Amino acid sequence: MLWTALLSASIGCYLLKLAGVSLPARVLEHPLVERIADLIPVALLAALVAVQVFASGTRLTIDARAAGLAVAAVLLVFRAPFLGVVCGAALTAALLRLVFPG
Amino acid sequence: MPDPGGEPALAERRAIVRDGIGVGIATGVYGVSFGAVSVAAGLSIVQTCVLSLAMFTGASQFAFVGVAAAGGAPLSGAVTALMLGTRNTLYGLKLAPLLGFRGWRRPVLAQVVIDESTAMSVTRDSRTAARIGFVTTGVAVFVLWNLFTFVGAVAGNLIGDPRQYGLDAAVGAAFLALLWPRLSDPRNRIIALCAAAVALGVVPVTAAGVPVLVAGGVALLAGILTRSADDPTEIPR
Repeated sequence: MLWTALLSASIGCYLLKLAGVSLPARVLEHPLVERIADLIPVALLAALVAVQVFASGTRLTIDARAAGLAVAAVLLVFRAPFLGVVCGAALTAALLRLVFPG
Repeated sequence: MPDPGGEPALAERRAIVRDGIGVGIATGVYGVSFGAVSVAAGLSIVQTCVLSLAMFTGASQFAFVGVAAAGGAPLSGAVTALMLGTRNTLYGLKLAPLLGFRGWRRPVLAQVVIDESTAMSVTRDSRTAARIGFVTTGVAVFVLWNLFTFVGAVAGNLIGDPRQYGLDAAVGAAFLALLWPRLSDPRNRIIALCAAAVALGVVPVTAAGVPVLVAGGVALLAGILTRSADDPTEIPR
């Protein structure tokens, strides 16, 4: 099941790229298509942030991940590189769990 | 400044290649975090490496393994990955007339149509310069991203409980970092807040992976209801 989803999503992602370089550019000229295509990554990434940090299964929780996210936001404000942001968040959550186990 | 379509000087070509490789290194290295996060989500090293080789678009890959980590159906992860992959279609539409690739090159180079290779070529003022920027950045990111994915997956497999190292917190941070450049637009900030609120609102009543797809509906609704004249050609970073 995982392999099926993995391979079909991978092939789909490739076909999306291939469609872009093969289709005539006027496909993009519809303003509604432009707008929605522009907004989809914003909405999905924001939802992914929220769910990854504040959900545990079907429960909403605030734990060490929230502190990690706060540190990540501060690092982003200071223009830290991607790897620094990710490591900063992980380190924060790891340290909090070390100090306050359970 | 060369004319549009003119040939860039040797020094300019070298500078474009250097920049492309620099972006490749910076982006490729964070393949380590993807590899580690992916095995922590329960994927095998092989599955992790196949994602980087075949899917090869960071946000979609993180989304796919994020849904798996939350215990969601793989299908939800696949749909989320595909929705995030639609932006590469837009990049391709903009790149095609600029690069003018024909024949076998088009299907091969389509695989490296991603955020970074697009950003490093759409700003060039000649076709040759755009091609050099696209190919060097795309190939450098592809090689290094895959190499570092493998390194991260092997390392992630050795360290044991991923929560002990805060790897679960790293995933949220990775998505925030990918979202960040788009938040300079006030409209996008509102969309982001709405989408996050909607996703959290449906968490208690849906299976893992579904809240993110529901939040995708916010983008559809906002696209239909708003009528702004923002420049959609804007590339983050």
